[in-house]
Amino acid sequence: MTTHAVPPTPTQAVRVAPHIRRFTPASIVGVSVALVLAIVMAVLPYYVPIGSTRQLTDLFVYIILATAWNLLAGFGGMVSIGQQAYVGLGAYGIVTLVGILGLNQLLAIPLVAVACAIIAIPISYLVFRLVGGYFAVGTWVIAEIFRLVTIRFPELGAGSGFSIPPMAGVDRDMRIAIGYWAALAVAVIVVVAVVLLVRSRLGLALTAVRDEPVAAATSGVNVVTARRLVFVIAAAAAGAAGAIVAISALNVQPTAVYSVQWTAFMIFMVVIGGVGSIEGPIIGAVLFWILRELLADYGEVYLIGLGLLGVVMVLVAPGGIWGLLTGRRRVNLFPIGYRLDRRTLAG
Amino acid sequence: MQIVSAIIQGVLLGGLYALFAAGLSFMFGVMRLVNLAHGALAVLAAYGTLLLVQAGFVSPLLAMLVIVPAMAALGYVLQRFVLQRTLSESPLPSLLVTFGIAIIIANLLLVTQSANQRRLSLGALDTASIAIGDIRIGVFPILVLAFAVLALGGLSLVMRRTQFGRLVRAVSDDAPTVSLMGANPRHIYAIAAAIAFGLVAVAGVANGVQAGFNPSSGDMLLIYAFEAVIIGGLGSLWGTLLGSMILGVVQTLAATFDATLFQLAGHVVFLIFLIFLPNGLIQRRVRQ
Repeated sequence: MTTHAVPPTPTQAVRVAPHIRRFTPASIVGVSVALVLAIVMAVLPYYVPIGSTRQLTDLFVYIILATAWNLLAGFGGMVSIGQQAYVGLGAYGIVTLVGILGLNQLLAIPLVAVACAIIAIPISYLVFRLVGGYFAVGTWVIAEIFRLVTIRFPELGAGSGFSIPPMAGVDRDMRIAIGYWAALAVAVIVVVAVVLLVRSRLGLALTAVRDEPVAAATSGVNVVTARRLVFVIAAAAAGAAGAIVAISALNVQPTAVYSVQWTAFMIFMVVIGGVGSIEGPIIGAVLFWILRELLADYGEVYLIGLGLLGVVMVLVAPGGIWGLLTGRRRVNLFPIGYRLDRRTLAG
Repeated sequence: MQIVSAIIQGVLLGGLYALFAAGLSFMFGVMRLVNLAHGALAVLAAYGTLLLVQAGFVSPLLAMLVIVPAMAALGYVLQRFVLQRTLSESPLPSLLVTFGIAIIIANLLLVTQSANQRRLSLGALDTASIAIGDIRIGVFPILVLAFAVLALGGLSLVMRRTQFGRLVRAVSDDAPTVSLMGANPRHIYAIAAAIAFGLVAVAGVANGVQAGFNPSSGDMLLIYAFEAVIIGGLGSLWGTLLGSMILGVVQTLAATFDATLFQLAGHVVFLIFLIFLPNGLIQRRVRQ
């Protein structure tokens, strides 16, 4: 280099500020459809039999769990197999607040979610000392500790579980419908929260670290804070899901709510639908819900099938169903990215 | 006296955990893969042995002559054709696949076997014990500990002294360069997996005699092995042995006060190590 590069001054360069858009045709359609769907879902209990309302509650719980696990693993790069810790904690939060203290169920759900988030903060300092596979098993140990501590409290029903008395003055159908609306509301909140988080500065940092760790680190991305936030949000979401499960079942068994099977289901849904996208986990949750309705009677054979399908999917189609559908094109049904407007560039 | 006895039992139990942990830590050391199916594979080997014994093999020890090579072969094939494809910068694919395999194995065993607790029997050796004063020490746990020390010692000797060990370490450090020298890293990885699977088969049978098993007991075995590895310090085989013994001693000591504390005490000592000594007892220079 013999000459110094002269930095271009504003007068030299003819600058047309490129027009950058959040919304693409796909995401305009996507958000509109999601909005209409949410409204239809909200009035659905008035039109469908109560059995379907109950089944749809399960679907919303799956969407919450899959979206939260995907946030953790797909965006945060943290493969946890201990999310059942917060499902169990959420369920026992309801046991404590509603079953023992007699609080209103709907008021209890946000309180339980906040409690799970607060508990997840010190936990994050512990498990963040482990990486990769050891992080995964570490989170599992935490879940086991929660279970073993829970069953030491006779007030919580110890090992035999706890039955929550139903709300006074509310008939069975209304009770199921309330659980349904709570689940729908939490599912919408979680999906919107993840969309907002992923497109925020922290989300960009996470995506950068996931896709190109070295480049991200050299650009000064503070990834630990971003990961901690993700860990805490995922815990709150799993806790809210556990709370909804407890409210709709009215019976909490420690081995069931702290079962590693919760996380196995989350992983299955995310892997099948497509890890690292917003749409994938929702697709996975819907598919998992349909499969369960059709095949749950087959018990263990069904679980073997799920396991095989999951393994084959990771090996053959790591992008999941959403990856297969979109191929190389970048399609976002939710406005998470930025698009450069070609028309303004040309003009 | 009861406490001394509990400590001795704990050290012996540590031998069993070390046998489990050795395979887990070996696979991680060579190919940076945490095998979440480790516990399930141990249980699979135990059921395989049980079936052979029922089919007419006189003793589990004889059945092991078939099961251990079979598990090693399974390890080779699984690594070469499935796990190899999941190795990448991101731990996500390998964790998902090994977790999936764990679920498949556990549920296959639930379908084909019952959910009941099973046990392998070596006849008189099950209950044989040596009496020192008031303390009775089981002969079989001593044999397991001795085997664990031999296996860990042998493994570390092979890794340090032999041509094969140098090859494994070289592949683990820089696989592309080693492949330029004419060695096939995939083959080396698969052999490492075969060794780990063979070890976990022995551990599974030993656990089947000492403690018994059911289709879902693999979860706890994986967790104990993992805790032993972290307490001992990642990458150190002797650290793993020490970590296993600490875990075993704490569990049996706690169980003498309250039998229900066995599991929780083990997890808590793991947490204490994670807080105060996150790199474990024997720290090893981190290789880049």
